[in-house]
Amino acid sequence: QIHFVLLVSRQGKVRLTKWYSPYTQKERSKVIRELSGVILNRGPKLCNFVEWRGYKVVYKRYASLYFCMCIDAEDNELEVLEIIHHYVEILDRYFGSVCELDLIFNFHKAYYILDELLIAGEIQESSKKTVARIISAQDQMVEAAKEEAGSISYIIAQAS
Amino acid sequence: MNSIFSGTRLRDMIRSIRACKTAAEERGVVRKECADIRASINENDPHDRHRNLAKLMFIHMLGYPTHFGQMECLKLIASPGFPEKRIGYLGLMLLLDERQEVLMLVTNSLKQDLNHTNQYVVGLALCALGNICSAEMARDLAPEVERLIQFRDPNIRKKAALCSTRIVRKVPDLAENFINAASSLLKEKHHGVLITGVQLCYELCTINDEALEYFRKKCTEGLIKTLRDITNSAYQPEYDVAGITDPFLHIRLLKLLRVLGHGDADASDLMTDILAQVATKTESNKNAGNAVLYECVETIMAIEDTSSLRVLAINILGRFLSNRDNNIRYVALNMLMKAIAFDDQAVQRHRVTILECVKDPDASIRKRALELVSLLVNENNVKQLTKELIDYLEISDEDFKEDLSAKICSIVEKFSPEKIWYIDQMLKVLSEAGKFVKDDVWHALIVVISNASELHGYTVRALYKAVLTYSEQETLVRVAIWCIGEYGDLLVNNVGMLGIEDPITVTESDAVDVVEDAITRHNSDMTTKAMALVALLKLSSRFPSISERIKDIIVKQKGSLLLEMQQRAIEFNSIVDRHKNIRWSSLVERMPVLDEATFNVRRAGSLPASVSTMAKPSVSIPNGVAAAPLVDLLDLGSDDIMAAPSSSGADFLQDLLGVDLGSSSAQSGATPGPKAGADLLMDILSIGTPSPAQNNTSSIDLLSTAGINNNPSNALDTLSSPAPPHIATTASAGGMFDLLDGLSPSPSKEATNGPAYPPIVAYESSTLKIEFTFSKPSGNPQETNVQATFINLSPNTFTDFIFQAAVPKFLQLHLDPASSNTLPASGNITQNLRVTNSQHGKKSLVMRMRIGYKLNGKDVLEEGQINNFPRGL
Repeated sequence: QIHFVLLVSRQGKVRLTKWYSPYTQKERSKVIRELSGVILNRGPKLCNFVEWRGYKVVYKRYASLYFCMCIDAEDNELEVLEIIHHYVEILDRYFGSVCELDLIFNFHKAYYILDELLIAGEIQESSKKTVARIISAQDQMVEAAKEEAGSISYIIAQAS
Repeated sequence: MNSIFSGTRLRDMIRSIRACKTAAEERGVVRKECADIRASINENDPHDRHRNLAKLMFIHMLGYPTHFGQMECLKLIASPGFPEKRIGYLGLMLLLDERQEVLMLVTNSLKQDLNHTNQYVVGLALCALGNICSAEMARDLAPEVERLIQFRDPNIRKKAALCSTRIVRKVPDLAENFINAASSLLKEKHHGVLITGVQLCYELCTINDEALEYFRKKCTEGLIKTLRDITNSAYQPEYDVAGITDPFLHIRLLKLLRVLGHGDADASDLMTDILAQVATKTESNKNAGNAVLYECVETIMAIEDTSSLRVLAINILGRFLSNRDNNIRYVALNMLMKAIAFDDQAVQRHRVTILECVKDPDASIRKRALELVSLLVNENNVKQLTKELIDYLEISDEDFKEDLSAKICSIVEKFSPEKIWYIDQMLKVLSEAGKFVKDDVWHALIVVISNASELHGYTVRALYKAVLTYSEQETLVRVAIWCIGEYGDLLVNNVGMLGIEDPITVTESDAVDVVEDAITRHNSDMTTKAMALVALLKLSSRFPSISERIKDIIVKQKGSLLLEMQQRAIEFNSIVDRHKNIRWSSLVERMPVLDEATFNVRRAGSLPASVSTMAKPSVSIPNGVAAAPLVDLLDLGSDDIMAAPSSSGADFLQDLLGVDLGSSSAQSGATPGPKAGADLLMDILSIGTPSPAQNNTSSIDLLSTAGINNNPSNALDTLSSPAPPHIATTASAGGMFDLLDGLSPSPSKEATNGPAYPPIVAYESSTLKIEFTFSKPSGNPQETNVQATFINLSPNTFTDFIFQAAVPKFLQLHLDPASSNTLPASGNITQNLRVTNSQHGKKSLVMRMRIGYKLNGKDVLEEGQINNFPRGL
């Protein structure tokens, strides 16, 4: 089971946090501080796993971002690397060669996509196409609502 | 969309935060934004909610408090539009966690949304529930979720399946409700639904035995077929990862098969073929393939014995281990630890490779490899492996030395074939990583050295040489000065040379140099300095020719800033000064052989202090305190100082220093404390300063002690002792008495066997002797059974014999009838007493008694008080 997902930039800025196990806000900031310290300081070419408080944290760096997932000691680390990569590929497709700035200004989109990939810390969908389809269906609903609201306010504006 | 309303847009806020040059500037921007958001929340304009929450989430990620936005999430969730619900649920999952009460308020909205006509709204609710639901919410909403597992749209089915996974994790009782729905998902073709369905079944199997049985019977074959189909399936671009069709599904199927096969030979048998196929056919040049192989090996190792498969598994691990990819090597090391359980030999074959991994630059790999190596050690390879590890210890990173040295020590202790090898290896570890070595490790080393009498000379010489080179390794220095203090004469005279040794020339002065260096070095800690001081005291007798110089070093410590050191320096100085007057040399004799068994028990158990005081052998005879211990002190050599029970490493150290921690507790009668060292020194000192006898009672008691002390060796000591009783001083009586506890010959046995209470002579006159023996009924520490034996020492028969006793209020006394009321000459009668001590552990037993009988027709009355009950009753 994945206990949490963490995206941290090379400068240690948090770009996304998702908690599937209960951590208080205080614990969350402590975890983030501790882990980014460990992970950002690991040299290149080392393995992508860090043992931490009896758990394992699997991390992978993509450009300036570290994608980290915390799992139980007996879980399959190699698979988690695939899950991370799976997520990155979906983000990449969605944003069109994704970069850190996309995830900063559209952080909520990154969350929406993650929610189509993981629930309860377990993988939900192995098809990138399916995730993309479901996300775009929901984006369209939001667009439609926006247009509707836009046109109403336009009408109101006209009327007054 | 909200650009026409007041306040900044989300994008603008993010920009201005990113533009901040300093943390203070960022805090300023965030503060202003938060103030705006609060104001906007108070205006309660629904149009701003969406944007406010989005901003708050960003601010939250930066680590600022955002609790004031929690209610906004609930409002957004309750609003009818999809965009509002979408951001509302996102905020809920980000800003709240399952332990917050606010979460309960959302249960109703969730229930409505789970029944919403729009499947994407249902999806949002399922996702939120699956990520943060609490046990109560799980109970409330389980029926809705269960129903949604059968929903027409696969997107909802898969979300409902994972949501159920969370629900049964939170409330395992609900598991059986989901068994049927879960098994229906296993027939799905949609990969998302299948993956989540398999996951749910796995979860149910681990929680509920009934579910496990059900799935094992009904689904094993189907699952095997599904796995075979996807393993053999043609290229499917949608699910292909590096040539593997849906590795995620592969892995989940293998995981579920693992629990089904575990403990069931039939199910295991069914899956043999497909596991062999996966193990042999899966491409291993990419991570995805290796992830599947990893899972396959895990399953093979967990299911019931299929030895041909296990060979396959071990081979895969062997390939992993030699892989150049660090990740693969890491998981190989991890899994080989499990493989040891069924094929130690196969893992042993990779020993050389594993040993190389201990030296890997990657800390994660080093750690795994070290764990694995320590499992691989056995009697046959311990020497070789230890050598490799110690060689590496010399060059390893500083931050790895602690782990590494701890492992080496535990290996060496566990598998050491002979003492000299053990000592050699430990000296190497202490030399390379002495500052990382834990107290119990070097304590154990000293115990072993003490027991290896034929190696004393060898060891002290080796330590002397080592400490000259590695004087910065604190624990090495400690062991060295302890040994020099004890065996300094063997050092300078090259006594007990082994064939392998080169003779060295060490003068007495050289030996003292080492100790002086340790005591004067500014970064030596208190323990080291204290040990050095004791060593100096001992050396002053070993090396009389330079005792003046030693005395000077001791005297310098009078100026120590550490009170303990100061006090000891003064006291030791006084001892050295006066040593010509008394038989003091025995005071600084070589420490008796330390008891390994006692040490090991203590080390393993770290007995709580109360237990150790209970176990403390009690020969306390308050009436007759003074003489025996004094005699023992002067006759130190024959007894076992180590036997004084104490509970921790620190205590042990005190023991090493010749200090009985218990002494303070006994002296004051109540408070055990770490300041005991000083008390003992007081005692030693008082011996060195013979003061004239001044206390009548004490000398009277002394005489009676000799008579009634039932501890033969003590009695003997007392009788044979040339020590005049007048040395006793009231001031030191208690403390010295406690030394006796530490020194009496048998306590180690009692310390290990738990509390046993020696019998006492409760009373003795010229005609009558009363002995008490004790036993404790199990289960009630307050209660003590006392068997009293009355012995007639006279040549006449006592008739109408009656024993009466009285106790203080905190005790209750019950007397059984005596075995007879006639006590023939030289005969005895017995009587049982039961005492309940309501202040058990705090107060000792005490009793007044009166004995009446007729002797030759005349009434005789004898009275007395019994104060010498063993402590701890």
